[in-house]
Amino acid sequence: MNSLFEYLIRLGDDSLILGHRMSEWCGHGPILEEDIAMTNISLDLIGQATNLLKYAGEVEGKGRDEDELAFLRFDRDYKNVLLVEQPNGDFGMTMMRQFLFDAYRKPLFEALVNSSDEQLSAIAVKSLKETKYHLKHSAEWVIRLGDGTEESKLRVQESLDTLWRYTDELFFTDDIEKELLENGMSADLEEIKVAWMETVNQVLSEATLNIPDHGWQHDGGRRGMHSEHLGYILAELQYMQRAYPGMEW
Amino acid sequence: MVEKNKVWELLDQISDPEIPVLTIRDLGILRDVEIAEEKVVVTITPTYSGCPAMTTIEDDISALFIKEGIQDFDINLVLSPAWTTDWMSEEGRVKLREYGIAPPENEIDKSVLFAEPPVISCPKCHSEDTRMVSQFGSTACKAHYQCNKCMEPFDYFKCLK
Repeated sequence: MNSLFEYLIRLGDDSLILGHRMSEWCGHGPILEEDIAMTNISLDLIGQATNLLKYAGEVEGKGRDEDELAFLRFDRDYKNVLLVEQPNGDFGMTMMRQFLFDAYRKPLFEALVNSSDEQLSAIAVKSLKETKYHLKHSAEWVIRLGDGTEESKLRVQESLDTLWRYTDELFFTDDIEKELLENGMSADLEEIKVAWMETVNQVLSEATLNIPDHGWQHDGGRRGMHSEHLGYILAELQYMQRAYPGMEW
Repeated sequence: MVEKNKVWELLDQISDPEIPVLTIRDLGILRDVEIAEEKVVVTITPTYSGCPAMTTIEDDISALFIKEGIQDFDINLVLSPAWTTDWMSEEGRVKLREYGIAPPENEIDKSVLFAEPPVISCPKCHSEDTRMVSQFGSTACKAHYQCNKCMEPFDYFKCLK
């Protein structure tokens, strides 16, 4: 198995699936400005997915392009973390999911800027600039809702309690990660976790929210074992290409 | 055989589809023109990863070249070095402001999570008494502002470094 291909698929699928989730808000945002913000973020994420999956296809060398990888794989071939496929819930849930992810993505891209792989480094430089804006946006909402009204605090705390058990998977390490780290291509997830924890602690304490103390954590996404939600996402995402193979517009 | 200078001049006809007052050279997304063995190679770079204008720009360049009788060409899309608002020309900044979009200002480091938004002057009345309505505007590259003085809502082309 090609480790770099596998790694790029993981990064690309995180962006693709979260971008798709965010795009579900299009036309449903609580206010016009947020509707626009969420579709902007969605567009950035899908753009990142395009770059990552395109490069994955080149690395694989079997002639698959970014569209084929995005639209024509089966569910077990998607390697995104479970966090990004969780349902949008209310606006607070979506912002919490985005915040937990952005706080991980920023230090990850910062590290990948120094990847020994030139193209991965170029994608990281580009994506990092966008991710900084995303983190600022999601962190501000977590604080506003957490340190907000009684109702908003209650709901966003519930979101945090629900999503927390999907956060450990962000730092899932296996032989692929280890091999790439030894080659200087990927990032040391232990260091990323320290940076993530620092941001999470800072923002959640300002938001007057409590980190839940339940220890149980899910994983499986990186091995292609997903929650039932991914199937529904793929049904919508892939419908057009499955019904009309090779269709372009 | 077509000359390099001529190609640069020709490409000044290509504008950004979202911000038609700016040419792709003004924006800094036109990176290079090379001519190797009769073949024209144009290098462009996107502003944001998911910028939907890139395909339109590629199509516009192709159509222009074909119209001008340039048959042998390649349009190269590169990610590195990554685009920054520093590459926007002075002329581009002036045109942007006249069009009603505030040009990018040097901002405080975004690694500071909760830095105040930058002070942006209103492109209509030039007052600096403005406020950020939303970090995300009509396109990925813009934020949404409003002037507290003349009340004009306006786009700010946000700084990207």
